[in-house]
This record gives sequence, C-alpha cells and structure tokens, in this order.
Amino acid sequence: MKVRVKFFAILRERVGAGEITKEIEEGSTVAELWKALQQDYPKLNVPGIRLLYAVNQDYVGLDHALKEQDEIVFIPPVSGGS
Amino acid sequence: MFRVSHKAIDLQELVDHVSDPEAGAIATFIGTTRNNNEGRKVIGLDYEAYPEMAEKELLRIGEEAKKNWPICRMAIVHRLGPVQITQASVVIAVSAGHRDAAFAACRFAIEEIKKTVPIWKKELYEGGEVWIGTQTGQPLPDR
Repeated sequence: MKVRVKFFAILRERVGAGEITKEIEEGSTVAELWKALQQDYPKLNVPGIRLLYAVNQDYVGLDHALKEQDEIVFIPPVSGGS
Repeated sequence: MFRVSHKAIDLQELVDHVSDPEAGAIATFIGTTRNNNEGRKVIGLDYEAYPEMAEKELLRIGEEAKKNWPICRMAIVHRLGPVQITQASVVIAVSAGHRDAAFAACRFAIEEIKKTVPIWKKELYEGGEVWIGTQTGQPLPDR
C-alpha cells in the first residue's frame, strides 16, 4: 500500500524533499515505516533526536498501524512561541 | 481565531476578535524576537509549520483553556517565515469576566504552544544557523 510522508524543518532539509510517497506492506506500523525510511534516507538518522509521530494530523504512538493513503509526519522537537 | 500566517501579526485584530460584552478583562501575550540566545548574536528567526496540524493544535489549546478557566474568547496567531529582531512571532489574546482567568489562560496557551504545536524555529545567528530544540534534545511530552 502507499502512504504519504511529509517532512519539516531539519528532517525536510536532510531528506531534500517536503513530501514523498512510500510503498509499504499492508498493516505496517509507524515504527516500521520509520525504519524503512532511514534505509532510504540515511541522513534521517539525526543523533539524539526525539520525535513525535502524527498520522492524518493527530499524534499517535510508534505502534500505530497505518492504512492506505495515510499522511504521516515525523515531528522533530517543536519550538513555537518565542 | 486560531491560525498561522506569513504576514505581520496585528495585535488589535486579535483584541477585537476576543472583545465580548461579558468580559471585564483582556489579557494579551506577544512573543518577540530577541537579538541574543545562549551567547549567540541572533540576526533573525525563520519559522516553519505543519500548517493544517498547527492550526488544529492551536484550536485544541483554546478548547482546553475554555474547560479549565471561565474565559469568554481566545485568539492565537503564530507567524511563519522570516521574523526580524523585535517583531512578534506569536500573539495571544484572551477575554474573561475577570482578570485572573484571563491571565491564567494566556499563560497556559503560550506554554502549551511550546510543547505540542508543530512549529519549528530556525535561528539565524552570526556565523551560522540552527534548528532550535533539535540539538539540545529537549524533553517532549508523552502523547
């Protein structure tokens, strides 16, 4: 199945793209997708980075099972405000 | 009014938005761009957002504030893109019957924005640039 992955901030710069489509196995989890993406883009492996995970604009855990056409974002530490 | 914007933020627009006949107080907070950070001379900031989710999270903060304090209305606008020194990066306005609730909800909103809203800040300083939060490994909320 196909899912859409969006990258922002440091991850966007490291991948060199803001959005990609990725083919993964049916029922894959967020953790499995992250592992696969790190193989495609070794630069995604930022030492010490702590990520949050969003699917279709809601925060989820690493074990969340993905569905066809889901929109996944790996969220680097946020720093809104001032 | 819960949104992100590439344009300069108009404080009065937020104040007008939360204006309410039942309000006896309006508290506002303006986050501004400081010219120094951790010993670095800061030239400016550049904000990036996951806009759809950022606005959704801002709205959630507004709803949570309403549950916790007797407030009338809240508005939050966060700036995106380059922001010069002294300019506002975020503005919050809260109206309430009494000032205690207005101040408390305003404080709550800015602290929450820093935890859960997908907005990132790149600091441009003399000699380089850095995505804030990424290098320091700041703790994140369990969600």
